[in-house]
Amino acid sequence: MAILVGRDTKLITIGLTGKQGTFHTLQSRDYGTKVVGGVTPGKGGIKHEGIPVYNTVADAVGETEANAAMVFVPPAFAADSILECIEMEMPLVIAITEGIPILDMIKIKAALQNSKTRLIGPNCPGIITPGECKIGIMPGHIHMPGRVGVISRSGTLTYEAVYQLTQREIGQSTCVGIGGDPVNGTNFIDCLKLFEKDKDTDAVIMIGEIGGSAETEAARWIKQNFSKPVVSFIAGASAPKGKRMGHAGAIISGGDDTAEAKFRILQECGVTIARSPAELGEKVAEVL
Amino acid sequence: MNVHEYQAKELMRQFGISLLNGGVAKTADEAVEVAKKLGGKVWVVKAQIHAGGRGKGGGVKVAKSMDEVKKYASQILGMQLVTHQTGPEGKKVNQILIEQGCEIAHEYYVGIVLDRSKGKIIMMASREGGVEIEKVAAESPEKIIKATIDPASGFAPSTGRKLAYGLGLEGDIQKKAIKFFEGLYNLYIQKDCSIAEINPLVVTKQGDVIALDAKLNFDENALFRHPEIEALRDPTEESAQELEAHKYGLSYISLDGNIGCLVNGAGLAMGTLDIIKIHGGTPANFLDVGGGATKETVQKAFTIILQDKNVKAILVNIFGGIMKCDIIADGVISAARELALKVPLVVRLEGTNVALGKKMLNESGLKITPADDLADAAKKVVAAAKGGN
Repeated sequence: MAILVGRDTKLITIGLTGKQGTFHTLQSRDYGTKVVGGVTPGKGGIKHEGIPVYNTVADAVGETEANAAMVFVPPAFAADSILECIEMEMPLVIAITEGIPILDMIKIKAALQNSKTRLIGPNCPGIITPGECKIGIMPGHIHMPGRVGVISRSGTLTYEAVYQLTQREIGQSTCVGIGGDPVNGTNFIDCLKLFEKDKDTDAVIMIGEIGGSAETEAARWIKQNFSKPVVSFIAGASAPKGKRMGHAGAIISGGDDTAEAKFRILQECGVTIARSPAELGEKVAEVL
Repeated sequence: MNVHEYQAKELMRQFGISLLNGGVAKTADEAVEVAKKLGGKVWVVKAQIHAGGRGKGGGVKVAKSMDEVKKYASQILGMQLVTHQTGPEGKKVNQILIEQGCEIAHEYYVGIVLDRSKGKIIMMASREGGVEIEKVAAESPEKIIKATIDPASGFAPSTGRKLAYGLGLEGDIQKKAIKFFEGLYNLYIQKDCSIAEINPLVVTKQGDVIALDAKLNFDENALFRHPEIEALRDPTEESAQELEAHKYGLSYISLDGNIGCLVNGAGLAMGTLDIIKIHGGTPANFLDVGGGATKETVQKAFTIILQDKNVKAILVNIFGGIMKCDIIADGVISAARELALKVPLVVRLEGTNVALGKKMLNESGLKITPADDLADAAKKVVAAAKGGN
């Protein structure tokens, strides 16, 4: 496998029986992901679209061999579901939910310390290892198995990058959507560490945004520790200061969090930058 | 979400933070009534708008008589107040806050923000109060004392001591300052703030620790559990189009260019604005229709985009994941018909059900310029906006 998910991944969906949870779980199953169960409190014991439903994560973990959970629970209850997964030592949790309060995420961040869980997201499209396993809401058919890793704060921009790669017949090892919120479970550096060790990955695309310092921290880390080529685009060069551009995390508050500053620092650290999102595929072809 | 200074102060009072007495007025006569009730010899008349830098813009005046209260209140109410945060057009002042005066010994700064990379809360304080804290942070960061607070352990007395000693506060004043910091932290946590900023926090000649100004921002994602905060929303402070868009699940921000944009996903929407600029155009708006858009929301998005009279061309850029291209096509076609669209329309569709979506657009008989990819779309819409089409 590439990183984080592959043929051995066994998935449960928390919030399986909701409309979105059902639709995307079935899409993931059709793609080839092994779906072993779902959790919806009060509906334990039934089968939903052939998938066994449990009342709690504890029951699901006890009855199945699940090693990954996808969270489709509404924002008010999502933190609770993620904490339940952490408590049950679920190795991988992918939170698709958009709109989780920041203070809830701060509590989750604290609970993740010294836990056995890695959280991807929230407010993310999920994760896919093309040809093996898809967990999330991305369109599976645009992907192609291959050797380029993708890490991104944005969903649709990831699709854009992947599409450009696939059109050039450059496949992807694993694509990770880390999410557009200010506090998330897994950051660029966490993913880069995994890609550095991964024998199936030759290069990485990193798609960032205005706001915060995750990209500049990653740039400095890459300079010191990363041996493979990285191509990066930062969205929001044209964004005005102080306006939240859709994502809770995409807001310029001053200092080094503008697109211009991030491009500059990435370049200084040896990252190949794409000034236009239409150039991502082309730039990857150049560095391979 | 932003609130006014007087609303922020009412919340702070509930958390035991000491403040000057004051009251809100909407007319000059009301202002005099408030001042009479407050008593004293000095009053401060403060414009209530959602922006900082009000003093420099002429929105804060010190009155030494009832005549002056009336005079300043009449001047400030109804004025178009311009500050470094309002933009050149300024903001209309509909309300003023009248407060008692006080004798200031020293001005400080205290603020609480989120440390994104650590996922923790930071409380900051500085002796350089009453000035732009961004400047202090850039020019002399050592003058800002920071304390990281873990949500699990909460506000500890040691956090308070670190900040108070850092500010050079001792004895009785230190005790009052620590109580102040703790109150502010509790407010931040219990009301789901995203920013709490007191600039200046003052120590008076009588030894009181008081919040002279107050700025609170709230996490939009947490408003569902705070109806009392949602009730403080002042619609006159927010763009009518942005509010309307919000009702339909659209994320819309007005910009000053002439190319209207309709995109799915915040990142791609930002990327679309960027690529328009790269090709020499200027976007009129940011608009993310989100993943759950329907024919109706697409129509609504067009209506909102077209309310901006500067719009000379529209670019629809959709990469269907959850969003199906045929639904977008359906919405685009009906919006173009019902709104009798006159500006050129460039559409780029990709992803789920793309063939069907493109076919629907082709067969609609509408004058739509199709685009093959992102760069092609940007070039075509920039040309169209310049009248070249």
